[in-house]
Amino acid sequence: MQLETMKYFPHTPEDISQMLEVIGVKSLDDLYAEVPEELKLHRELNIPAGKSEIEVRRIIGELAAQNKPLVPFAGAGAYDHYTPSVVPYIASRSEFSTSYTPYQAEISQGTLQYIFEYQTMMADLTGMDLSNASMYDGSTATAEAMMMCVAAAKKRNRVLISATVNPAVRAVVRTYAKFHGVDLVEVPAAGGTTDRSEMSRLLAEDNVAGVIVAQPNYYGIVEDFSGLADECHAHKALLAINSVASRLAVLRTPGEWGADIACGDAQSLGLPLSCGGPYIGYLCVKNALVRKMPGRLVGQTVDADGKRAFVLTMQAREQHIRREKATSNICTAQGIMCLYVAIYLSLMGPQGLREVNEHSYAAAHLLHKLLLESGRFEEAFAGAPFFNEFTLRYKGAEGVDALRERLAQAGFLAGVKAEGLDGCLILAATEQRTEQEIVEFAKIACS
Amino acid sequence: MANVIEGLYYSESHEYVKVDGEFGYVGITDFAQEQLGNVVYVDMPEEGDEVEAGSEFGAVESVKAASDLISPVSGEVVEINTALEDEPELVNKDAFANWIIKVKLSDASELDNLMSAADYRAFSSK
Amino acid sequence: MNRTVYSPLIFELSKAGRKGYSLPQNPCPDYQTSQLPTELLRQNAPTRLPEADELTVARHYTNMSGNNFGVDTGFYPLGSCTMKYNPKINEEMAALPGFTGIHPAQDAPYMQGALKLYDEVQRTLAEVAGLSRFTLNPFAGAHGELTGLMVIRTYHEKRGDLQRTKIIVPDSAHGTNPASAAVCGLQIVQVKSTADGTVDVEDLKPLLGPDIAGMMMTNPNTLGIFERQIPEIARLVHECGGLMYYDGANLNPMLGVCRPGDMGFDVMHINLHKTFSTPHGGGGPGSGPVGVRAGLEDYLPNPQVHFNAETQRYELRCNGEALGHVSAFLGNFGIIVRAYAYLLTLGKEGIPMAGKLSVLNANYIKECLKDYYCLPIDGLCKHEFVFDGLLPQYGGSHTDASHITTLEVAKRLLDYGFHAPTIYFPLLFHESMMIEPTETESKETLDAFIDVMKKIAKEALHHPEMLRQAPHSTPVRRLDDVKAVKDAKFSF
Repeated sequence: MQLETMKYFPHTPEDISQMLEVIGVKSLDDLYAEVPEELKLHRELNIPAGKSEIEVRRIIGELAAQNKPLVPFAGAGAYDHYTPSVVPYIASRSEFSTSYTPYQAEISQGTLQYIFEYQTMMADLTGMDLSNASMYDGSTATAEAMMMCVAAAKKRNRVLISATVNPAVRAVVRTYAKFHGVDLVEVPAAGGTTDRSEMSRLLAEDNVAGVIVAQPNYYGIVEDFSGLADECHAHKALLAINSVASRLAVLRTPGEWGADIACGDAQSLGLPLSCGGPYIGYLCVKNALVRKMPGRLVGQTVDADGKRAFVLTMQAREQHIRREKATSNICTAQGIMCLYVAIYLSLMGPQGLREVNEHSYAAAHLLHKLLLESGRFEEAFAGAPFFNEFTLRYKGAEGVDALRERLAQAGFLAGVKAEGLDGCLILAATEQRTEQEIVEFAKIACS
Repeated sequence: MANVIEGLYYSESHEYVKVDGEFGYVGITDFAQEQLGNVVYVDMPEEGDEVEAGSEFGAVESVKAASDLISPVSGEVVEINTALEDEPELVNKDAFANWIIKVKLSDASELDNLMSAADYRAFSSK
Repeated sequence: MNRTVYSPLIFELSKAGRKGYSLPQNPCPDYQTSQLPTELLRQNAPTRLPEADELTVARHYTNMSGNNFGVDTGFYPLGSCTMKYNPKINEEMAALPGFTGIHPAQDAPYMQGALKLYDEVQRTLAEVAGLSRFTLNPFAGAHGELTGLMVIRTYHEKRGDLQRTKIIVPDSAHGTNPASAAVCGLQIVQVKSTADGTVDVEDLKPLLGPDIAGMMMTNPNTLGIFERQIPEIARLVHECGGLMYYDGANLNPMLGVCRPGDMGFDVMHINLHKTFSTPHGGGGPGSGPVGVRAGLEDYLPNPQVHFNAETQRYELRCNGEALGHVSAFLGNFGIIVRAYAYLLTLGKEGIPMAGKLSVLNANYIKECLKDYYCLPIDGLCKHEFVFDGLLPQYGGSHTDASHITTLEVAKRLLDYGFHAPTIYFPLLFHESMMIEPTETESKETLDAFIDVMKKIAKEALHHPEMLRQAPHSTPVRRLDDVKAVKDAKFSF
């Protein structure tokens, strides 16, 4: 290979010979002299030859073109909210993106400062005392919340999770529970919300470390958690509420419900849908749980001149110090996605975030009305309060699969099929859906 | 040079026991606090918990290190040093005066497995 | 970087009544959230969300970026982190609307391009790793480790061998290895290193038994030393019924030369943000694909991407044998697109060359500095190596309290415009300083770094106070870590 053709490798052949001479070996291959010959590959990798930038652009461009972005009337954990152009533009600055975890605080104040802002905003939004520097996504943040409950309880390992938590989140939590040795018990749904009497019965056994519920829940219903926190605490269990982050501008917060942990996905705060990732999980807690918190935490302090500065703190919880005794194996925060959220919330402010939610609420309720009026749909849970997502049963003879395919042909993503509810769809709308799209969608759906 | 006090019992994991009748006050040694540096948090068990000789009962944290506390004796925790909750740095100021837990000893013969001050002095200067 | 520091927080720039957004007309303002039952509504309005116009926000974060060091601003020899150049074409490809506009609930026929890309990446990684199949669902290296260990536990469980609850980890391992094992419900058994920094096979033998699920290793190890005994170690672990796990953090130097599968490993993770050039992003998002040898593919997490040869279409499948789900969707898809752009660009010639040049650069720095810094293990290193502080003649020492420490050298490097190496890891030495230059740095950059490291050694001898107070020219000076914990303040 001609080295000079590789734009990411700066060495000239002369550089290489000079360096090899300093090292005292004759060739690049001699740098592997100690590797047993029988372990070496001794052939080319069976992959294509390197490509020019023009070719790379063409190949990946063609793959992107083979996807068909449908106009989403779906949520189920990923919401099509608008990303203001400032967000990706500024967040793509390479001073941010090409840096590592901010271990050297003196030259990482940019990263530390935006994480501190993110933590402030998320603690405020969730109504909790503090936020960590973020998690991978909402499902793993919820799994971490489960492990925190067990770690805090010391001698209990049972955690209850409501069947109204998104099945995709529950599947991840179940996987973690199985391997971590947590006795995860599912509390059934009754009429689309958590069965509180069953929850009470299980709590009364006094062996529960934590309880996980969702807001709005999988079906889009806004659940009433009145009295739940007190009941959990009376039985020495912690309460974790998984919420769609954006909704907390309007809905009663986990803090206001008395929860000990707020967790979930913050993708709704301006992150693109991106085939499911990268998103960002959030995890916020009451002060008492700070030392059980997984992941990075940024704190405020001063430098040698007494100037305000920010630093990774309480690191003694973490894997690089505590190894197997760490609160979690998490090493990273979701970095650039934290910055996305911080910039998004800075632009939107309390008023903008409220308007986004009012608009999404109105769009969803308009769609709900149009679909019901047609007589082709009926409410899966009559009269249940919902926000911007709701569950309907499709009465058409063709069935939901044919309906979704018909709408997909017309360019629409017709929600997700409700798991465990035959013939039901969970539909959602955001501020990005126009009246025209809503009317058109309803027209095709009901034709 | 770290301080070692006569009359106490010492473990290889740098805890001490100061025996007072049927009770033992357990803390970390002056040597241990020097090694750790600024102590910022002491994770303590609850009163009424049982501790077992050789097993972990909490942890001491400095800014960039954390060390498990291994109980040198078995018994019930009858008191924890609540002063350390707000002022963990007391451990740095005087590790022997600021014990961490008070244990009702269930087996005094366990003390025979621990080191004397002289032995510990030799052990910790290795 | 200069000493003029940008320090306000966005909250301090906020002014009631300003806004930085615009939204279209609400299609149906008759519907309002106030129609929800009052007890379901937020009781107290948020108080910490800023109110700011667009320029204020844009300028705030742009100025903040000036306080940051990145690969694009300077040399980043951070050991074990593989801070190579992050190509810009990768970013542009990941931002194509054909990817960013896809809702994860879209059915497979409407995201064939994305699924094909996923499958191309998994197949390329399998060839590079010498394994059979990869999942790209794990979100990060540590998440990949956890997933890989779940594969190992599932393998034993499916064989009905339920007593394998222990995992062997070398004392030189990354801290994530034991932490991931603990999250996975495994007990950690530590195996010692020999004087040359490699696994002590004699210490390993008595640990092997019917309770061993497997062994985690990285090769080269965290000292940058190739574990030559690997075939013997793999044989011993396999003989006792365990599986071999490869921590891919150190894969870069082995690319195209010697593959984990050929070394005898059964399961591994790769950090796309290390080896395959996707940006670290100040901590994330990363991606930690997990690969397995033939026979273990079914245990990989759901959903799995498969090509149906009959229909010639890509499908998403949930496999009943799988360990479960570790992510809601297909992982950090945007990161996978970036890695694909890199794999295409380098191709079969470029990938092995990346590995070789990374080894060249590391050995070059090591040879040029070993008369100044203490090299505990001599000989060829791979992509990185470890110094144990300054040599005694330059003020280094393990016993004298007044010696110049690795921390002080690291902080002084910041003054000269270089990022510090990884310090105080691995734990085998008191003054570890782990240096990994990567292949994308030029000889001129390496020479400049070497000159500065020599200069610092001389400063240690003649101006030790200069080092003890360092850094002097960074946006902020050394921070009060104790205050950050004791007067903990996590929000404005």
